[in-house]
Amino acid sequence: MRSGNTLEDMLTLPSALRDEIVSHARADHPDEACGVIAGPAGAGRPERFIPMLNAARSPTFYEFDSMELLRVWREMDDRDEEPVVIYHSHTATEAYPSRTDIALAQEPGAHYVLVSTRDPDEVEFRSYRIVDGAVTEEEVRITADTGAGTGGPGVE
Amino acid sequence: MAIEVRIPTILRTYTGGSKAVEGSGATLEELFGDLDSRYAGLRERLQDESGLRRFVNVYLNDEDVRFLGGLKTPVKDGDTVTVLPAVAGGAR
Repeated sequence: MRSGNTLEDMLTLPSALRDEIVSHARADHPDEACGVIAGPAGAGRPERFIPMLNAARSPTFYEFDSMELLRVWREMDDRDEEPVVIYHSHTATEAYPSRTDIALAQEPGAHYVLVSTRDPDEVEFRSYRIVDGAVTEEEVRITADTGAGTGGPGVE
Repeated sequence: MAIEVRIPTILRTYTGGSKAVEGSGATLEELFGDLDSRYAGLRERLQDESGLRRFVNVYLNDEDVRFLGGLKTPVKDGDTVTVLPAVAGGAR
């Protein structure tokens, strides 16, 4: 494992936020869905769900609209937040980063969550670190907390 | 002449960790050249032989420079240029 850096090796995510991601992915199927969960800078705690328009509107590609990207990134900066989770869905393939995902991952501090909606009954939900072209899968720990700073750390 | 250039996380290795730097030039192209003279290697992350890199977004104040003049976009004192890597990917 890595040592001497500040990356956590798991994603801790309130169940309400997981549900939001899955709902978004199902709603946009068969196009890929995408978005961000913002959280306080440096805390590694996802709190604020921000679904984004997939400007590509494609079943095999996603891209944040450039003006929405500017608006959301400025807003996070104003609120002293950072993108803790960047999520998107694959609609016919597994929830694993593709070569394109890896080549275009440019937020080294983010947890890249991948959802697959290829099965109508069972969604795949996995998370990764993508740094300098290297992919590391990490554990996803879903908590009962409702997120957005309400309540305590929650009970599993 | 000072133009503020806001640098995204992934490019701060070129600027010694700074999230904002200053530069000068009459166009975006000149500005990037000026920055590259002090932050070696930065320009190559922003442009290639065909112009602005496809998955790097550059904004002049509140506008995406793709809709202005690309690298030829005029810039002036007091402007803010913001660089944000695209957030993109997909199964393909």
